[in-house]
Amino acid sequence: MTTMIEVEGLSVAFGGVRAVDQVSFGVEKGEIFSIIGPNGAGKTTVFNLISRLYDATAGRIVFEGRDISRLSADRIAAAGIARTFQNIELFENASVLKNLLLGRHAHRRTSVFSELLFLPKVRRQEIENRSIVEDVIDFLDLAHHRDARVAGLPYGVRKVVELGRALAATPRLLLLDEPSSGLNPEETEDLSFWIRDIRDDLGITVMMVEHDMGLVGRVSDRVLALNEGKVLAVGTPSAVQSNPAVVEAYLGS
Amino acid sequence: MRFLFKTNYEQDVRLFQHGGQVFWYAVLAVLVLVAPLVLSDYLVGEAAFVFILAIAGVGLMLLTGYTGLVSLGHAAFLGIGAYGEAYLLSKGVPFPISMLLAALIAGATGFLIGLPTLRLSGVYLAIATFGFALIVSEILAKWESVTRGFNGFRVPRIVMFGETLRQDWHLYYISLAVLVVVILGVLNLLRSPTGRAFIAIRDSEVAAQSLGVNLTVYKTLAFALSAAITGLAGALYAHKLNFLSPDGFNIILSIQLLLMIVVGGLGSLHGAVFGALFVGALPSVIGILRGELPRVIAEQPGLEPLIFGLILVLTIIFEPYGIYGRWLKLKLYFQLFPLYRRATFRRTKAFLKSGRR
Ligand SMILES: Nc1ncnc2c1ncn2[C@@H]1O[C@H](COP(=O)(O)OP(=O)(O)O)[C@@H](O)[C@H]1O
Ligand SMILES: [Mg+2]
Repeated sequence: MTTMIEVEGLSVAFGGVRAVDQVSFGVEKGEIFSIIGPNGAGKTTVFNLISRLYDATAGRIVFEGRDISRLSADRIAAAGIARTFQNIELFENASVLKNLLLGRHAHRRTSVFSELLFLPKVRRQEIENRSIVEDVIDFLDLAHHRDARVAGLPYGVRKVVELGRALAATPRLLLLDEPSSGLNPEETEDLSFWIRDIRDDLGITVMMVEHDMGLVGRVSDRVLALNEGKVLAVGTPSAVQSNPAVVEAYLGS
Repeated sequence: MRFLFKTNYEQDVRLFQHGGQVFWYAVLAVLVLVAPLVLSDYLVGEAAFVFILAIAGVGLMLLTGYTGLVSLGHAAFLGIGAYGEAYLLSKGVPFPISMLLAALIAGATGFLIGLPTLRLSGVYLAIATFGFALIVSEILAKWESVTRGFNGFRVPRIVMFGETLRQDWHLYYISLAVLVVVILGVLNLLRSPTGRAFIAIRDSEVAAQSLGVNLTVYKTLAFALSAAITGLAGALYAHKLNFLSPDGFNIILSIQLLLMIVVGGLGSLHGAVFGALFVGALPSVIGILRGELPRVIAEQPGLEPLIFGLILVLTIIFEPYGIYGRWLKLKLYFQLFPLYRRATFRRTKAFLKSGRR
């Protein structure tokens, strides 16, 4: 097996709060890897560090053998990492289709001048983008909402649109921050199938922050438990869930 | 369940999505092309002014309506374009080239302004651009060797194909041509990655970045393009005015430009054009109003900015999507009249039920 992403001694502090403290772990290619932990444990911060939205004070992030610790945030997508956000960051005043097409941005090969004239290569690129985005729309059953403005859509649909936008980027690593929060049981069920299909059919490695232990248990190969910025345990879902330190962290909070 | 409309991507990237649109735009094109034959000189001149405003509106719309960066200083780019045009013509640069160079100068200025204001947004950006416009109007007044200061600058006439173009209908057709080219260019951008990146920055910077949008690059690009288009409008505006004076490019003009795109409808090119029609017609309306109002009120010098400000605030409160948004709502209402609510309701339910098949 080859390593997809390797995180070593990652740390960041906000005004004295050690949000992430000496965190190390590795994710194998083709794995579904979940991060759990009570609120404020530092899970989202780990994702923000990997997407380079935050600068780490210490540590290294190596993605597919390449050190991305100093890459700027807008290079991460092109490197092969896409993500969703805990509180949905969609382009609210654009259609679902435009949102998904934005997922393709990192693959842009055209200049502003060729776009002003909409030269044949721009047209070809747009058609290619459309065909990839339409596959995502099919995959996530979004055809109903294709031309709807995001702002008017129900919460559950918006979550799916955000997942779709990340998939449209055709990443090799997908970061999902609480994908099931705010979803009803039926939607969560859909999600668990999608996550497995994303790995099995699309071959994308998945890292997921998740509170729904049912979902975590069903889809994850391995789980990492975090508390107060520190790693408590890493292992199979059942092993981590019965780990005494993890149990205590959850009871204590 | 599969939907048949996924089959043809060629159609999706087209400018006109269906034949109906082509038909109505063709009708509009014919009307606009024959209008100078039937309208009075005065109205042709006013229509040319509306086209010029619309060009500036498209420029500002790109920055404010699509990229979400509010500028209260766009009169400055109009001024740079106008003075650039007058100066270059007076130095013997032939017409279309002078206009393009003037736009380039405005665009370069926009790029330079874009850089330091990158970290600002909302009200702070508006204030910074306002300050920039003040500086530009000072420069226009003081840099007499180029702008002739408060003596004013008589704009040389356009000469093309050996003819001196001095008729209103000349400017009408030139402005119309420029407007059409600008709209087509911006429409092309909007169906390409660059235009989508602008929209992404407007709606969520953090998501835009995570998808590979470099904020610095695209924000300065939006500033430069917006300024260049507005400069283009400025070059034409010089010919509408015939005589340039530095105090013509002041804060009231900047507010008028902003008013135009807000009233027209932010985030749509239709909005920029509707807004230009509105702002173009406004002075006449205010003129009529002046006749009706009691003299104490009518002769107050601050009446125009007051009315502009009032309309701006009322639009933002009551019709945030502007004239174009109201038009879309009406259209949707009549298209779906008895079914509107039921249809939308059914869709939501259908999605909730959609299990995995
Ligand atoms: N940008 C920030 N500024 C200040 N504090 C932050 C910031 N981001 C996260 N934190 C803090 O870091 C800690 C971990 O937060 P987070 O990673 O969001 O937790 P969670 O595990 O619930 O996702 C919290 O104490 C939070 O307040
Ligand atoms: Mg979180």
